[in-house]
Order: sequence, then structure tokens, then C-alpha cells
Amino acid sequence: MLDAKIPKGPLDQKWSTYKSTCKLVNPANKRKLEVIVIGTGLAGASAASSLGELGYKVKAFCFQDSPRRAHSIAAQGGINAAKNYQNDGDSVYRLFYDTIKGGDYRSREGNVHRLAEVSASIIDQCVAQGVPFAREYGGLLSNRSFGGTQVQRTFYAAGQTGQQLLIGAYQSLERQVALGNVKMYSRHEMLEIVMIDGKARGIIARNLVTGELERHFGHAVLLCSGGYGNVFYLSTNAMGSNVTAAWKAHKRGAYFGNPCFTQIHPTCIPVSGEHQSKLTLMSESLRNDGRIWVPLKQNDTRRPSEIPETERDYYLERRYPAFGNLVPRDVASRAAKERCDAGYGVGSSRQAVYLDYAFAIDRYGMIECNKQGINNPTKEQLRHYGVEVVKEKYGNLFDMYEKITGENPYEIPMRIYPAVHYTMGGLWVDYELQTNIPGLYALGEANFSDHGANRLGASALMQGLADGYFVIPYTIGNYLADEIRTTNIPTSHPAFEEAEKNTRDRIEKLMSIQGTESPESFHKRLGKIMWDKCGMARNAQGLQEAITEIRALREEFWRNVKVTGAINEFNPELDKAGRVADFIELGELMCMDALNRKESCGGHFREESQTEEGEALRDDDNFMFVSAWEFKEGYNWELHKEALEYEVVHPSQRSYK
Amino acid sequence: MEHYNMNLTLKVWRQKNEKEKGHFETYSVPGISSEMSFLEMFDVLNERLINEGKEPIAFDHDCREGICGACSMHINGKAHGPWAGTTTCQLHMRAFKDGDTIVVEPWRANAFPVIKDLVTDRSALDRIIAAGGYISVNTGNAVDGNSLPVEKDKADTAFAAAACIGCGACVAACKNSSAMLFTGAKVSHLALLPQGNPERKTRVVNMIAQMDKEGFGSCTFTMECEAACPKEISVNNIARLNAEYMRAAFTAEETMG
Repeated sequence: MLDAKIPKGPLDQKWSTYKSTCKLVNPANKRKLEVIVIGTGLAGASAASSLGELGYKVKAFCFQDSPRRAHSIAAQGGINAAKNYQNDGDSVYRLFYDTIKGGDYRSREGNVHRLAEVSASIIDQCVAQGVPFAREYGGLLSNRSFGGTQVQRTFYAAGQTGQQLLIGAYQSLERQVALGNVKMYSRHEMLEIVMIDGKARGIIARNLVTGELERHFGHAVLLCSGGYGNVFYLSTNAMGSNVTAAWKAHKRGAYFGNPCFTQIHPTCIPVSGEHQSKLTLMSESLRNDGRIWVPLKQNDTRRPSEIPETERDYYLERRYPAFGNLVPRDVASRAAKERCDAGYGVGSSRQAVYLDYAFAIDRYGMIECNKQGINNPTKEQLRHYGVEVVKEKYGNLFDMYEKITGENPYEIPMRIYPAVHYTMGGLWVDYELQTNIPGLYALGEANFSDHGANRLGASALMQGLADGYFVIPYTIGNYLADEIRTTNIPTSHPAFEEAEKNTRDRIEKLMSIQGTESPESFHKRLGKIMWDKCGMARNAQGLQEAITEIRALREEFWRNVKVTGAINEFNPELDKAGRVADFIELGELMCMDALNRKESCGGHFREESQTEEGEALRDDDNFMFVSAWEFKEGYNWELHKEALEYEVVHPSQRSYK
Repeated sequence: MEHYNMNLTLKVWRQKNEKEKGHFETYSVPGISSEMSFLEMFDVLNERLINEGKEPIAFDHDCREGICGACSMHINGKAHGPWAGTTTCQLHMRAFKDGDTIVVEPWRANAFPVIKDLVTDRSALDRIIAAGGYISVNTGNAVDGNSLPVEKDKADTAFAAAACIGCGACVAACKNSSAMLFTGAKVSHLALLPQGNPERKTRVVNMIAQMDKEGFGSCTFTMECEAACPKEISVNNIARLNAEYMRAAFTAEETMG
């Protein structure tokens, strides 16, 4: 059994006890210690800037042309914090409890409680940086609600919360760059971890403009490289989002935790054709005000406006009266799939449901008319004022929908369908966010730790910033305090030589194959296997088939991939080929993990394990553990387990009815 | 929405690297669906070029939902193409019709050297931010978020300025290659908020100095930047930038020497 090193003592004192007893590094020594940060999203930018402020020498890397473009930028809805500004009964405990329950009792109590504890400081920090959160007329911060909760604890900046938080962190990062505490390497990709005496001591990175390989030493390495949803090809991730940094670490010995835990987001714009390159999310915040429905009749081809109220099925409100349209994402996604599979889907593909704003427009219209003193407003007046309010709240999302589909969502209900969005799994880390390799840390979506089997909305931003601003600055000191005598290891060390040679050999191999099929084409084929057999519903037979197919695909890839261009130049095809090769290997592990976990929990739905009503059925007796997979030569993996112990919360069948 | 297919002619700027001279190359691209995004059309073309043993066209792109600011194509003489308030990745092919010829170039500005084909180096924008586009608050220093009320109107205006995605379309669209809209948006965002007040003078002075150092041109207020901006950032931010600069110049003792 793995030890997560969770501090002893009562749950609500673990973190404060840890903070007051962990080792410290004095300021003079901090200046001698180098830290490498991979990725500049919320976790990476917040960690790099905070560590720079503390005085460490930081090197930060991102594959994008600017750290500001990391995919955290695209997060729409908001960030949770237990501020209880709304006086509606929120507390640290409630945020902790909702997150544990939302994760279907597959996350650690200690980590999640710490996350809830630091949540309030994140909002304060961001406000101080100038993040323009939405405000009320009195000048105070505004909140809205999100799925899986019954309080209003989500802070937001229109539908661009991720953008505003990331720009806040990016500006702090650029300030440290200007001060010389952080050196920034944009258009660089980490391709190998360098290990010396069992510890992470640096990386091999490729300069994506010149193609040159570079060696970088660090006393510690932080992987903040995001999630791996792009293993499905079609997802809401950015085109460049990849698993490569985490996968290289995994192949050097870092355990991969719960790889099969994938979040399928219920409200995305449906696929329109074979050319589709990515899927676009419509924020979960839309479920606050929108109502989801399908026709009561199967294969109903009428326009939505022609279907009267009595012939509509508001299936979430019907099945889950307590939470209605605000059930957690996994529940909402499966319910949409169930209706579409049963023949009630809408749109030309029949793989979509309606998200309807007509009611919200009327309701807000009435409130505005009251404010304006308009008694007995006309239908037009109601609509006019209602549309104005909806525009202010969700305008950018509605515009985006219209640009993509060519339909006006103020007039016609949006068509939505679930899509891969987030991966709860990731590198296994202990309470200190350290992987099983000393000196190697994973933060944000790249680790597995806080969301269990399903993440609640507005919790990813919270976790990324918690890890970077408020957790790692303490926990890294506990490790580096013992490293102050380690002088910088020259990058001529044989371990660097060997790591660089491995990387070079692999790149040369990729270029030498000169087969007939593009990396993109292999990626699409992998995505189809994963979506069909390791997607929203999984079963043993399908997963076994998927493993066989993925192994064959891997073999074919290394025999027949075609990479154009040359090594020592700007070559996006080569970058892509390396990432796809890693995704193929990861896909196999995800299917193995899904096959091994015979229960259903959160986003992991095994068809063999469901209640009579079709809800996910956990098996706590046999699966109350974290799966941590160790890579072995020849694509064999060894399973290690970390037992999950619930001291405070009593796991029960999750109910949102 | 009716869907249709079209046959197009593309004239695309090809340039091997920063040093070599570039040229236009013409491609005929048949069977493009009106439902595709502009970049998906490039995916289709690139897949074909790879199959023909040719090098695909390099272009920057990442989120493909209009927020990361990576995509950057000059389409038929307009930064990000014909649709107002739209990034290249959100431009869809229904903007075009069968038989159209589309000319695609990289951003053109001295401060944005071409890396390859349609990819440019926009790191000058990062350096403008590093010169002062932040509030100096270390992690852990903050007071309670609600202890500092901000008027809703000001917060909303600050947000509208902060919505800039740093794509550089404003520079590419400007005949002088000026970065005043980009810089003005950041100065406005921070100057409008009480948190940004302590560094108000040094920020604007330092950011403008960096902007000049990077080789961006001056602003002659033709407002092409606002027209090209995919986030519709207002030129009022340039006016505010000028006002902030004047204010700093007339009242600062140390910063202006």
C-alpha cells in the first residue's frame, strides 16, 4: 500500500499543523536553489511566480509562444471559494463535503479539506492582483451557483473566468521575469526527466523554433502540464494540450493515478462532421438559467418552437427533482446519452439535446420590468429586457455558439451534447504534491489528487491556483531544506548525456520511418477507439478489444507514421508525432485501469455495475482505493494501491434526487 | 442553417524561416463544407499536402475557441478575416462562397518577425507586460476580497479592457504597426481599479518605453486596431493611455527624471 503522508490529527488541523512543522529554507539558501516548472497555466504560472517571489531561482517552460496562452485561459464559468458572502450557509466544511461527494468518494479527505481551506485566500489574492471579477452595484463581489452544490460560492468574470485568473497569474509571472527571479522559456517542450541517484535533477527540453535539445538542471522539477483529455482526439482541450511531460515522468518511474477517471462535460456544441478538430464547451453556468429538454416523442423532427410544453421532457428535472438541471457533470452527461441512445435526440445527427433560455429570458425580463416600473409589460418588453440581462451574464458564450453553429441562441434553443473535458486522473502525488520520485512534483490537472472520480464545476481553477499559490510554496521547502548542500550539478553529467541521447534517438526514429500516414490521422483513429470503448460507458469486452486495437495501432504507428520537414527547424508535425506516440501508450493504460476497476464511480461508468435506475453503483468493499500504475519494460504495468480512509465523511450512495 | 460545399483557391504566404525570402503559393482546395472553421480548412489542405509528400503550412493555433490568442492570419487584407469581433479560429467557412479566392498572410510588423510561413514571434508583447503590466502583490499579502469595493461600472470597464487576448491583430492591422491598443488595454485595466493605483505612474511610463524599444510604431488614431480586434477592445483605452501618460508626465517627480 502506498503512503500519501497525510499529517496526523483532526482533519481541520492537518494543514495548519503541517505548515507550522514543515522545514523551512532561509532566504540566502533559496537563492542557490533552482526549480524547474513545466507549463504556465494556472498551476504553473502561480507556482513559478510564488516561488520566484520567495527567492528561488525558477526556470519556467511552455510549448506555446507565450505563457499567457496555456489552456487554463479557456475556462469559462468560475472558481469556487468558501467565502459565504451570500449568507446562504456555505463553509469550509461544506465545500469540502460537496467536493468529496461530487468526486463519488474516491478522493482524499486531507487534500480536499486543505483545498477548501485555502479557497478563500485565492479569491483575495486574485482581487489584489486586479482580476476584474463580476461585482454587484454596491461594489462587492458577485457569486453564482454551479452543479452539485446548493449554495452560491462561484466567483466569475463573465464567461471568461479562466482567462482573467490566468492573466493575473501571468502578470505576476512576468513581474518575476522582469525582476530576474524567473527565466521564461516559451516555445519549449519538455521531452525527458533527468534522474540522478533516484532524484529528479533536471530535464531535456526541445526548442521548438530551432529544434535544438537543451539540458536544464534543477534541484526540483514541477510538472504543471495539464490534463490528457486529447487522448480522445476530440475534446474541449486546446489542440496542443498533451500528456507528454507527465508521460515521460511516468516512464521514468512516476506512478500514474486513476488514469481512467475522465470527465465528460454535458454541455458542449455537438460534432458537425468528419472535419471536426475540436469541441467547444458551453459553460456549466448556463445550466443555472437554462433548462434542458428533449421531445417526449421518439424521433420527433419538428422544430423546437413547434413542440408544445406538454410534449417536452425536462428529463433532469424529472429524474433529479432536488438538483434538477444542476446535477453534477457525470450525472448530466449520462442522462443526455441515455435519452439520445433511446431515440429522443435532436438536430440532424440526433446526438444532441436542447438547452433552452426562453424561460430565463422571460424571468429576467419580468424582474427588469419591475425595476423599471413597467406594470403589465408586453411580450416584446419582457423579451427585450430579458435578453439584455442574459447578454450581460452569458453574452460571450452565446456569441461563440452563434459563430460556430450559425444559429441565434436567443431565438432557438442551443443544441448540446457531452464531450471530453477534464481528466481527474494524473500523476500520483502525496499530500505534499510530490510524486513517488523525490524532487518531482505534479500540480493542477497534471496530478490526480483532489477530484476523485468526478470534478465539480469551478473546482479546476480553484485546485490549480491552490496548488501553485498556497500549497507548493510550503511543501517544496520541506524537500529543498535538505538539498541546500547540493551544488548545481553540471549538465555534462552522464545522466544528462544519457537522457539527451534517448530523446535524440527517439526523434531520429520518428523522422526516419517515412511511412504513409500523418500523426493527425493516427490521433483520430486512437480517439475513435477511446471514445467508443473507454468513453461515457465502458464494459469489459469493449475494453479488452480496445487494448488489443491500441497495441496494434502503436505497432503500426512506429512502422508507418509519416513526419514531414526536418529535425532542426520549426516543425509542428514532429511535435505532434511525439505527442501522439505518448497518447497511444497512455490510451492502453487508461483501458487497463478502466478494465481493472469493475465498479462504477463518478465519471467512470461500468455498464456491469449500475443500480436498477441506471445510476453509477460503487463497490466500496473492493475498490475504495487509488490505482497507481508503475510502468514496466515491454508495456507491462504493475498496480500499486493507496487505501482511501474516510475519517469524517461516511461514503453513501450519491443521490441528487 | 443551410450547409453547402465550395471549391476555393488559396494564396498562402510560404516562408521557410526568418532569414529566407517568402513568396505566395497557390492551392486549389475543393469540397470545403460551410460548417468548417477556417483552420479546419487548413487542416484539410495540410493533410493533403502531407499525403502528396509536401510540407504542410505552419500556423499558430491552440484553443480554437477564440480565447488563447494564438491564431493570427491576415485574411484577404484583414487581420483575422472578414467577420467583426472574431478570431481566425472562430471564423467559419460560411463567410465564403463557391469559387472565392482567399489570400492568407502572416501578421506583418517589424516587431513580429516571421518564424515560418504564417507563424510570427510576438514575444515583444510579453516584454511590454513585463515592463509594468501588473500589480506588485506577492502571494499571501492580500486582504479580504470584499474589503475594497469597486464601482460596478468601473469593474465592468476594467474587465472589457482586460478581455484582450494578446493576439497582436491590432498591431497587424495598423499602418504604423503600433501596439497602442494592446498597451492601452492593459494600462486601462489596471488604472481603473483601486488596486492598480499605487503603481499608476511608473506603469504607464515603463510600458510605453518598452513599446518604443520593441520597434512598434506611433499611433495616428486611424482606429483600424479597434475594427480588427477580435475582442472589440475600444480605442477609448488608447485615449486613457494617453491621459495616464500625461498625468504621469505632469505629476511625477522621479519617473520622468
